[in-house]
Amino acid sequence: MNEALLIFGMFLVTFLARYPLLVIVGRVALPQRVFRALRYVPVAVLTAIIVPAMLQPAGRLEVSFTNAYLVAGVVATGIAWRTRGLLPTIGGGMLVFVLWRVLVPGAGG
Amino acid sequence: MIAASLPAPAATRPVEFINGIKDTLPMIVGAIPFAILFGALGTNAGLSPAAVAGMSLFVFAGSAQFIASGLVQQNISLVVIIITTLIVNLRHALYAASLAPYMKHLGQTWLLPLAFWLTDETYAIVIRRYARLEEAAPYKHWYHLGSAVAMYVNWQVFTWVGMFAGSQLQGLATWGLEFAMVVTFIGIVVPIIRTRPMLVCAVVAGGVAVLLNDLPNKAGLLLAAFAGIVAGMLLEQAAPPDSSRSATL
Repeated sequence: MNEALLIFGMFLVTFLARYPLLVIVGRVALPQRVFRALRYVPVAVLTAIIVPAMLQPAGRLEVSFTNAYLVAGVVATGIAWRTRGLLPTIGGGMLVFVLWRVLVPGAGG
Repeated sequence: MIAASLPAPAATRPVEFINGIKDTLPMIVGAIPFAILFGALGTNAGLSPAAVAGMSLFVFAGSAQFIASGLVQQNISLVVIIITTLIVNLRHALYAASLAPYMKHLGQTWLLPLAFWLTDETYAIVIRRYARLEEAAPYKHWYHLGSAVAMYVNWQVFTWVGMFAGSQLQGLATWGLEFAMVVTFIGIVVPIIRTRPMLVCAVVAGGVAVLLNDLPNKAGLLLAAFAGIVAGMLLEQAAPPDSSRSATL
């Protein structure tokens, strides 16, 4: 594998995702509908990353108490819902995750 | 509403910059384990230390770097890895479109680096700052810069920590450090779900993502996000949210 080419290619496609719309959208008028759609982007994209990571941590569906990703993810969701704070969510979620994997038989990696 | 109060003085550039760093600190807590994991996995996957460090330096996209190192390990071809990177990172185009209206006064010396430094974390933090439309805040891009630089420097440092830790600690890859990213994203998403269409958007996106998880090159991610957006908008059209509860990001 040509590592320099790999990194350059990854840089290029990533930058092409990040840059062009930043310049274009501010300068041409977009329909109101587009802006309404954009408000859903973070929720849609991030949830689409989170939910499979919780339910399918090893690629197959795993709805059980020994799935630490699911248990800690649900707890973190609860914390985030109640506190709306980033730090309690991240800290609390990671703590539950670590403890669950250490203490619950079968939940370790 | 106070009618005749004097406007508060505008936050200066350094104040905005420091506040950008401060507000990003929780994200940094979440990014540290993930950067360590990438550093450790990248070298284990067969990438040279220079390539691991170089990927963090020049690509700077956590989940894509993570997925790419997994594909390298499986001897997947370079072209497929780059296409996968594009698909995984396409969400940044949507973030860029969402930020652009607030950044149209900025020149290329600002837009180029801020585009390069765009991440989920910085987007989630700075969009709230930009969307607060008080009058006297002409330096919100300095807040953005603070958040971006903090994420970038942190990512470099802990990639290196991971490279060294990965060779010292047996089985670091099985500790589940990738959960740090999951919990960070939960912290971003849950507080912004404030309306029924938003909730439906999340449920649909999450459900479709699970169903399509086996599609190659993470194509399921993009389809799921698209389905979620469409579902949210359809519901919003059917029953416009009452203004007191409508969400502003």
